[in-house]
Amino acid sequence: MKHEIVEKNLGLMIVLIIFTISGGFLAEVVPLFFLDETNEPIEGLEPLSALELEGRDIYIREGCHVCHTQQIRPFRAETERYGHYSVAGEFVYDRPFLWGSKRTGPDLARVGGRYSDAWQRQHLYNPRSVVPESNMPAFPWLFEDRIDHTETEARLRTLQTLGVPYTDEQVAAAADEVQGKFEIEALVAYLQQLGTVISEKR
Amino acid sequence: MSTFWSIWISVIVLGTVFGCWWLLYATRKSQTTDTETNKTVGHSFDGIEEYDNPLPKWWYYLFVATCVFALGYLALYPGLGNYKGLLGWTSTNQWQAEVQQANARYGELYAKYGDTPVPELSENDDAMQMGQRLFANNCAVCHGSAGRGSLGFPNLTDDDWLYGGDPDTILTTLHEGRNGNMPAKGTMPNMTTEQVNQVVNYVLSFSNRAKDEEAAAAGEQVFAQACVACHGPDGKGNQAMGAPNLTDDTWLYGSTYEWIRETVVNGRQNQMPAQGDRLSDDQIQILAAYVYSLSN
Repeated sequence: MKHEIVEKNLGLMIVLIIFTISGGFLAEVVPLFFLDETNEPIEGLEPLSALELEGRDIYIREGCHVCHTQQIRPFRAETERYGHYSVAGEFVYDRPFLWGSKRTGPDLARVGGRYSDAWQRQHLYNPRSVVPESNMPAFPWLFEDRIDHTETEARLRTLQTLGVPYTDEQVAAAADEVQGKFEIEALVAYLQQLGTVISEKR
Repeated sequence: MSTFWSIWISVIVLGTVFGCWWLLYATRKSQTTDTETNKTVGHSFDGIEEYDNPLPKWWYYLFVATCVFALGYLALYPGLGNYKGLLGWTSTNQWQAEVQQANARYGELYAKYGDTPVPELSENDDAMQMGQRLFANNCAVCHGSAGRGSLGFPNLTDDDWLYGGDPDTILTTLHEGRNGNMPAKGTMPNMTTEQVNQVVNYVLSFSNRAKDEEAAAAGEQVFAQACVACHGPDGKGNQAMGAPNLTDDTWLYGSTYEWIRETVVNGRQNQMPAQGDRLSDDQIQILAAYVYSLSN
């Protein structure tokens, strides 16, 4: 084929460019949609409770994922500090996933159970009071604002539609579970379950 | 991975490599001599013309080299579906090798002290230097870098212990963690506001600080009903259940009337997270000795 033909036919060039650059996507991404390793939940993984799910939305709202990752890579330096490396099956109910891409603060993939509830509350109210050198912002309003329970049911319903195995009873009881609770309770509940399905003795 | 996806990936990956190779050949201008031809592509903009020379040879061969590199890489590493690669490399076994190497190197250092009894270990300077670092990495975030604790987080340097400060109890605390739970209003859920005031005054009277002697005297009865089950009749606490001694100077949640009132009304929940899954037994032995050394 003469180069000139491609250069002078825009439509043909577009088609050929798309063909050329789609290889990586077709080989590296598309199979992931169909593999068991990436679609099957690990043993013991349960969908988040209504309270934890609200906590997750607060986590997103406050931008926690901008400074904290939720993905432990299989390097010794990381597993020493954070625990067992993350596996794909832990995230099958995460929509969207919160792996993050930048660690201003530490990774949180296995922060669940690592500190007490009281510590988490204290730390979110004023990080400097427990970690003097911390540069994390404080989130005092979480202790004043209550969860908006009117949307909780719709959130669970949406996830159910996307394939997260919530039962209809769970969806129906969701609003009651979070009504009147403070946002801090939801966020701490979310944090305390992070990565707790896998625990490994080192 | 199923055979279908394995083939799918292999075909696309190899197709891409050979496609690049083909593109390189197909669009290559014939290059019979090393001298540049003076042909232009035939258009001119503001007097600027474009040459149509072949790629320099070194450049062309760099492209070829990348294709060769790709094939070599795909032979050695897993890139073609289920094919494992000649080196048998995976990210997991690379990690495992790293961990094994480190365990062989550092595990020994810890293992050396794993069987030493805690009191003896706490006299060993080398072990205590290790203990200090372990403490800084794992405990300081709650108990403070000096182990002095803060509001809600116990001070480890004094002689006062919620669950006991003997070596075995410290080891149990580290391995299994602790769950402290003081129910709101103790064992008397229907305690009235007046009774709360009385019992707080009574608790303050243990350290001669009662604000209202009359209320304090009345509080004795409330205390007997709401608090003795855990704190004991004389308020000295019970280490078996982590109930603090109320007669001393140590207050985990503040010693003023307002703080004690808050504790009585709302109760307290606290956890010491278990470290047994995070640290090795040898490391915990060293840590226990370090904590022991803080107050002995």
